[in-house]
Amino acid sequence: MKRMLATLLAAAMLVSMSACSSSSSTESSAPGGEPASSEDAAAPEEPPEEDDAAPTADGETIKIGGLAPLTGDVSQYGTAVDNAVKLAVADINAAGGVLGKQVEYICYDEKGDANEAVNAYNKLVNDDGVVALVGDVTSKPTEAVAQRALDDNLPMITASGTAEGITQGRPNVFRACFIDPFQGQLMASYAINKLGAKTAAILFDNGDPYSTGIADAFEAYAKENGLEIVAKEGYQTGTPDFNSQLTTIKEKNPDVLMIPVYYQDVALIAVQAKNLGLTSKMLGADGWDGVLEKIDASNVDALKDVYFCSQYSAESTDENLQSFLATYKETYGLEANMFAVLGYDAMQIMAAAINKAGSTDPDAIIAALGETNYAGLTGTTTFDESNNPVREAIITTVADGAYKFVENYKM
Amino acid sequence: MKNSHKKAAASYAVNLVLVLLLFAALYFLVSSGTVNRYYADLISLVCINVTLAVSLNLVTGVLGQLVLGHAGFMLVGAYACALFTKSSALPISVSFPIGLVLAGLMSAVFGVVIGVPALRLRGDYLAIITLGFGEIIRVVANNLKITGGAMGLSGIQAIANRKNPAGMLPYAFFIAAAAIFISFAFARSRHGRAVIAIREDEIAAEASGINTTYYKLLAFVLAAFIAGVAGGLYAHHLGVIDPAKYDFNRSVEILIMVVLGGMGSITGSVISASVLTVLPEALRSFSNYRMLAYSIVLICVMLFRPTGLLGKYEFSLSGTVARFTGKKKPAAAGGVKGGGAQ
Repeated sequence: MKRMLATLLAAAMLVSMSACSSSSSTESSAPGGEPASSEDAAAPEEPPEEDDAAPTADGETIKIGGLAPLTGDVSQYGTAVDNAVKLAVADINAAGGVLGKQVEYICYDEKGDANEAVNAYNKLVNDDGVVALVGDVTSKPTEAVAQRALDDNLPMITASGTAEGITQGRPNVFRACFIDPFQGQLMASYAINKLGAKTAAILFDNGDPYSTGIADAFEAYAKENGLEIVAKEGYQTGTPDFNSQLTTIKEKNPDVLMIPVYYQDVALIAVQAKNLGLTSKMLGADGWDGVLEKIDASNVDALKDVYFCSQYSAESTDENLQSFLATYKETYGLEANMFAVLGYDAMQIMAAAINKAGSTDPDAIIAALGETNYAGLTGTTTFDESNNPVREAIITTVADGAYKFVENYKM
Repeated sequence: MKNSHKKAAASYAVNLVLVLLLFAALYFLVSSGTVNRYYADLISLVCINVTLAVSLNLVTGVLGQLVLGHAGFMLVGAYACALFTKSSALPISVSFPIGLVLAGLMSAVFGVVIGVPALRLRGDYLAIITLGFGEIIRVVANNLKITGGAMGLSGIQAIANRKNPAGMLPYAFFIAAAAIFISFAFARSRHGRAVIAIREDEIAAEASGINTTYYKLLAFVLAAFIAGVAGGLYAHHLGVIDPAKYDFNRSVEILIMVVLGGMGSITGSVISASVLTVLPEALRSFSNYRMLAYSIVLICVMLFRPTGLLGKYEFSLSGTVARFTGKKKPAAAGGVKGGGAQ
């Protein structure tokens, strides 16, 4: 029994040591060390403001909460947003902070789970006392958190929660990204007006709210505007084989094929479509971002005549965007993606609103958020009456194995 | 005989008083704002998970059948309750309890539908069938209009809110207490003894004249009912239903609570459900490593204590009291209610 105990203790020590060493390594890789250290200091028994590593002027900071899936299935999105928000916080603090105080960003992992997100949210609001929230990342946890935030009247902005319902009836909740239905309508409109399509097919993931949301909106807009939907084929989340759906679609030979899914699936679908000899133009939404990195070099020719909308273009000559992309790569050793860009903008919008409000009073911040007119990495953002951003979308295509900017498109 | 009845009544009274005292203490802490909403919600969540673990323990521990689709029953209950409270014009304080009963009934109906063919068989067939059921329910929920498809349901009215942070506590607490009581009472009853006999040796039980199908179904449907009620609670606790989260992993999570606590021990289920709910939160400062710590705890327990933390031991308050007052032999304090033959 004693030996068992010793083994156990040794194992526990090993784990805690490896935990410590790797968290300190992420700290050093973070810009200025400050944002990461504030995250590490978020231990319940040790309030973050006591962290002497944070370069706070007078010991007082403005606490802004963050929620992101840093582990689990959707961790790539959460990590990107979290990384970018930390960069934004570093920039804000370097420029003098908010209301003359440094911003302290406290982010908790919620594993892409609504239940975890609510627990973490409660901790942020009740234990840490944040004045605003930048998060969550995926739709369902964001929705659960938004309901709580409404109850608490907490100013909140999500970088990438695209489900339409998140901001509906919740005056305190904003978002930096386009909503799902908007992208569906936008691409249908683009197909009709710019590609001259008469017939269309849809291939979507029927277990994914993002995918079904865009597919339904695309279908509705197409029907209203004279674009005939000849096939609408759903598949189960996680399936690797799309041949039966693609064969059905090929028989109908539509002008365009709308595939509103994430890039992992797009890479598979594009290759299988090429092998079947499908010649329709392929359309997609912002989930396509990253498809070139996923697809094998030998199959890059499967991605031709494809058009997808996104919220920013890496080809853009905008100085701020290029400098952000460079800093992000330098800091994290990864290419920034759309989630990162939106995360940066979300944090900047929130900071600008708190500055404009002149205090941390929730009502003042919410009012200031509503009047946002912010020129950021994704263009100039204002909010409509349901707190969704209004700005141009960017249509991107792929040619010779590289993303190509086509045009800015507004419905 | 009369004496034992008196003893049982006294034991119930002692337990009832303790439960009420515990509730009063928790309720005071939460409603007075001594503990904030983070802890208030965590207490409710613990109660919900205790309810789930105890209900699964009925089938896995007492009946000895492996169920891999408990999240499916939860999902049925969650939808039944949320759809009812959303569509009914009654105030939430009325429609919620009705919704919970509906949730249980709906889930029990599914329990009968699955249990009747599955429980006539012997061995591990129930595990496979419930595994299939859990997946089917989720896929169906993903594709129906009424369940909101992949979006699930949202905007489910919260029972606890800023003005009334303790709103959820009475429901969650007393349902958990009721689930524990029902399990105890069931395991000690004639029906429960029959179920335990089936667990120990199905052929011998059948030879003794026990209607095995009936008793297996009884335990299974009872568990499904309680899981459905817990699902309804959970839906109103979170405010959203995300069908993707009621998957096989969720079922296994509940099963882990039961196995870790000791199959057949209700006390064990209660303790492990509480610990496993609080542990990931308590380890939040470990950030990314907390799930690793969680897994290591599980592995260590299974390596060094394969029967689960408590095995088949049951904590019995009246037994402990008797032990201290010296009225009973110490051996009688434990293992009274579990009824498990070692």
